[in-house]
Amino acid sequence: MKTLAELAAIRDKMKAQVALREGNGNTRIVVGMATCGIAAGARPVLNAFVDEVAKNGLSETVTVTQTGCIGICQYEPVVEVYTGSDEKVTYVKMTAEKVEKVIKEHIMGGKVVSEYTIGASV
Amino acid sequence: MKELSLNILDIVQNSVKAGATRIEICLEETDERFSFWVRDNGCGMSEELLSRVKDPFATTRTTRNVGLGIPLLTLAAEQTGGGVSIESSTGEDHGTLIRADFNKRHIDFTPLGDIVSTVTTVIQGNPDTDVIFSHSAGEGRVELSTPELREVLDGVSLSEPEVLAWIEENLRGQYDQMRMF
Ligand SMILES: Nc1ncnc2c1ncn2[C@@H]1O[C@H](COP(=O)(O)OP(=O)(O)OP(=O)(O)O)[C@@H](O)[C@H]1O
Ligand SMILES: [Mg+2]
Repeated sequence: MKTLAELAAIRDKMKAQVALREGNGNTRIVVGMATCGIAAGARPVLNAFVDEVAKNGLSETVTVTQTGCIGICQYEPVVEVYTGSDEKVTYVKMTAEKVEKVIKEHIMGGKVVSEYTIGASV
Repeated sequence: MKELSLNILDIVQNSVKAGATRIEICLEETDERFSFWVRDNGCGMSEELLSRVKDPFATTRTTRNVGLGIPLLTLAAEQTGGGVSIESSTGEDHGTLIRADFNKRHIDFTPLGDIVSTVTTVIQGNPDTDVIFSHSAGEGRVELSTPELREVLDGVSLSEPEVLAWIEENLRGQYDQMRMF
């Protein structure tokens, strides 16, 4: 079992990195977590984003946040991605399986995965 | 909802939306009963809203004029012969307490599912909120309190991926031990 001593070790490691991290965080991934989103599978999608961001070492520039209803319930789970200068990209009917591609191609590669966007769905 | 832990996540989102800085999530079960309650110190509901809240046409939201969360939970509880009760206050001690009771043996009982994922999701989204979680089943008990973890973390955020991974593994370890009872 994970002990408090292990948590303290994580704290010390994080504190050593703090100086590096300030002023960053210019990409935001926002997952809709209202009833409609949760019922449609937003929880595993959120967790997959958190895991992929950590796994690819993106924590310093990418934040994953939760929001309420985005207002397009029939397309849930809905994920909005805000990058530096670009406008917002809305991914719809997301699944945990689709997350890796969004991270690799869009967040890391700068190329929107248009087949998952709302435009491809209507 | 496919799992009760998703209903719990959804009910906690109401507390988040109500501006709560402290949210308690408590699960209690016996061989026959499963109960949980969520208590928050958010803005609370007026008596008028509270009286309408189990009705799917009651909501203060503007994007859609029906609230689904509480009606879905009520349905899930009532279909097992249980029910939902809500107390809320907008006064000085503002906050809300929502409690749901289920008959575990009923064929329509929805299994709890991945409650650990619900707890980590709540903490990930609300690292500055005090989250107090406990689950007791017979002799076994699982508990986690973010104010206590924050004391160890000394300014490092609870939403750090490595901290969240620690929380997840800690809870899963506690559940492994609880199952040995
Ligand atoms: N913990 C709480 N504190 C304050 N108000 C609450 C709380 N829980 C529910 N409410 C009020 O009750 C209303 C109905 O809640 P419910 O969860 O059924 O629907 P919703 O949150 O509005 O929408 P949905 O859950 O479908 O996304 C909310 O809009 C809110 O005004
Ligand atoms: Mg709700």
